[in-house]
Amino acid sequence: MNIIVCVKAVPDPGEICRLKIDPVTKTLLRCEVPLVINPLDKHALEAALELKESSGARVSVISMGPPPAEAIIRECMALGADRGILLCDRAFGGADAFATAFTLARGIERAGPFDLVVCGMASSDGATEWVGPQVASFLGIPAVTMVQEFESRGSDIWRVRAEWQEGYRRVEVRLPALLTVTRELNQPRALSFSGILKARKKTVESWDLGTLGVPAECLGSRGSPTIVSRMETIEVRRNAELLQGTMEEKAEQLVSRLAAIGII
Amino acid sequence: MGKHFGPVWVLAELNDCRLEAVSLQLVGKARELADELDVACEVVFLGHGIEGAVPDLIASGADHVYIGDCAALELYQPFPYRDIICSLAREHAPEIILIGSTFMGRELAPLIAARLETGLAAHCTGLRHDDDKNLELQIPAYGGLMSIICPVRRPQMATVARGVFKTPAPDTARKGEVVRIPVPEATDMPARTLEIVRKPAAGIRLEDARVVVSGGAGACNPEGWEKIRELAQALDAGLGCTRPVVDEGWAPLHTMIGQSGKMVSPLAYIAIGLSGEQQHMVGISGAQLLVAVNNDPKSPVFGQVDLGVVEDCREFLPVLIAKIRAYREARPGCRE
Ligand SMILES: Cc1cc2nc3c(=O)[nH]c(=O)nc-3n(C[C@H](O)[C@H](O)[C@H](O)COP(=O)(O)OP(=O)(O)OC[C@H]3O[C@@H](n4cnc5c(N)ncnc54)[C@H](O)[C@@H]3O)c2cc1C
Ligand SMILES: Nc1ncnc2c1ncn2[C@@H]1O[C@H](COP(=O)(O)O)[C@@H](O)[C@H]1O
Repeated sequence: MNIIVCVKAVPDPGEICRLKIDPVTKTLLRCEVPLVINPLDKHALEAALELKESSGARVSVISMGPPPAEAIIRECMALGADRGILLCDRAFGGADAFATAFTLARGIERAGPFDLVVCGMASSDGATEWVGPQVASFLGIPAVTMVQEFESRGSDIWRVRAEWQEGYRRVEVRLPALLTVTRELNQPRALSFSGILKARKKTVESWDLGTLGVPAECLGSRGSPTIVSRMETIEVRRNAELLQGTMEEKAEQLVSRLAAIGII
Repeated sequence: MGKHFGPVWVLAELNDCRLEAVSLQLVGKARELADELDVACEVVFLGHGIEGAVPDLIASGADHVYIGDCAALELYQPFPYRDIICSLAREHAPEIILIGSTFMGRELAPLIAARLETGLAAHCTGLRHDDDKNLELQIPAYGGLMSIICPVRRPQMATVARGVFKTPAPDTARKGEVVRIPVPEATDMPARTLEIVRKPAAGIRLEDARVVVSGGAGACNPEGWEKIRELAQALDAGLGCTRPVVDEGWAPLHTMIGQSGKMVSPLAYIAIGLSGEQQHMVGISGAQLLVAVNNDPKSPVFGQVDLGVVEDCREFLPVLIAKIRAYREARPGCRE
C-alpha cells in the first residue's frame, strides 16, 4: 500500500499572535515566527505510520512551502516516513487553497501510484479545511473529511466514521481515496533519538516548477482565483473595569454584578 | 449598458427535518445582494421529503427554489450532491453561491468550487459588494479584517457560519416559484454516507444559552478545564472554548466558539484563560456583559470586555463557584 501524507509547515501557533496588521500600511507586519508541523497533520502522519506497522505500507510525506519547510519534512521522516518531497518554487508563492491543492495534486501524481492520501482536517494558520477535498477533486478521487475512526478496512472498500454536528456520519469509501483526519483518530508518537539519527541519512527531494511541468499561470498567486483586496484594523470596543481587592472580594463583586443583570 | 449579472444562490439544508437556521439567514443576505445586482435570489435544496420547508425559504426572500427530492438524496451524499449542483450552476451561471459552514457545507463547498474552477472563502463574517460589484468576502485575520475577492472567475463562493447574519423576518405574502430538478436514478458513489447518527449533547445548547462560559488555553490542564466546566454548571451556562482547548482534547470541536466554530449571542459571556484573539471574539455578539478572568493584566482580552479579573483561574474559580452556590442557597427562590 502506498500512502501519501500532506503536511504543512505553519508558524508556531503559540507565537502566531505576533503576526499583526500594520495599522498604517494595512499590510502584514513581517516577523520571524518559527515553523512547526501543522498540529493536525501529526495525526495524519500517525494514521499512515500505524497502517504501515499493521499492514505494511510505504509512507511518503509531501509539502508545499518555503525552503525552511524541509526541516518539517525531515522531522516526519524521523518519525517514520519513508520518503519526503518538498514542492518549493517562487512560482508557488501566494497560493490560495485552490492553487495550493492544484500544486499538491500535481506533486502527488508525480510521486507515483498511491492508494490513500491523508491530510489534516485544517491547518492552524489557513484553516480553510479545503485543501484536502480540493486535492481529491484534482486527483479525481473521493474525499471524506473529518475522519475520527476507521471502522473496517477491506482491500479497497473502507468504512470510516466522521464528525457530524453533535453525532457522527458513517461513510463507505472506495480506494484510492483522500481522508482528512481529526485529533480523535489517534495519539501521535513522539520523536525518538534513533529516528532522528536515521532521518539524517535520508534525503528530502525538492521539486520545482520545472519538475512538476505545469504552466506557471496555474500555480501560486497567478493560479489563485481569490486575492486579498484589503486589510483593515478593527477598533477595540471596550475597556475593562478591573475588579480590585482580595480574591474573595473580587469573587463577591463578580457575583453581585452577574446577579444585577439577573443571571444568577 | 451595465454588466450583466447571474442570480445569487444559496444552498439550503435540513437538519433533523428542520431547515438549518443558517439557510434562512443566508437567504436573507442573498436577497439583499440580489437586489443590489437587480437579479433573482435562488435556492438549491436537495434531500427527501423537503417540500414542507419551501414556503419558509420563499418567505425569507427566495424567488426560485430548485428542489431535488428523492430517497437517494435523503442523506448528504457528496457525489450526487456535487454533480447536481455543478450541472445546475453551469446551466444558470450564478454570480454568487452562499453555503452554510455546516458539516455538509464544509465538505461540499470545496468540492463544488474545485469542479467549477472558482474561488471560495471560508467562514466569512461579512459580505458586501465593492465599487466594481465584486463580492468582498470578509474574514478576521491577524487582529484585523481581511477582504478577499474573486475578481475574474464565477461564481463567487463563500461559507458562512450560523449566526453571522440575522434570520430575516418572514414575509408570508411573498411569491416564489418552485422548480423541480431532475435527479439521476443511480450514480456511482465512490464515497457513500451510510448513516448519520445524532447524539444530542447533554446540557445547555451553546446557541440557546443565556450565559456562555468560554475557556481557553489558560485552563492549563484537564483539572483546570474541569473547574471551568464546573463554573458553567453552577451558572446553568453553555460551555464553549477556544481552538487550543480542542487541540488539547479537553472539549469537543462542536463547542468551539469563533470564526471557524459556533457563533453565540448570550446575555453574558465569561472568558476564562483566553487571550481574546479576533478569530474567537467574532463568535460573540450582542452580549450585555462581557467578563474576562486572566492572570496577565496586559492580556489583550481586557481590551474587549466590560469587567476583568486578574487572577490565576485555577485558584479563582473554586472561590467564585463557592460564592455563586452560597448566593443561590441564600435565595431559595432562585433556580438551581
Ligand atoms: C483562520 C483561523 C481561524 C481560527 N478560528 C478560530 C475559532 O473559530 N475559534 C477560536 O477560538 N480560535 C480560532 N483560531 C485560533 C485563534 O487565532 C487563537 O489562536 C485562539 O483563539 C487562542 O486561544 P486561547 O485564547 O485559548 O489561547 P492563548 O492565546 O494561548 O491565550 C491563553 C490565555 O490564557 C491566559 N492564561 C494562562 N494561564 C492562565 C491561568 N492559569 N489563569 C488565567 N489565565 C491564564 C494567558 O494570559 C493568555 O491570555 C483561528 C485561527 C486562524 C488562523
Ligand atoms: N502547503 C501545504 N502543503 C502540504 N499540505 C497542505 C498544505 N496546505 C494544506 N495542506 C493539507 O491540507 C490540510 C488542510 O489545510 P487547510 O485547507 O489550509 O485548512 C492540512 O492539514 C494539510 O494536510
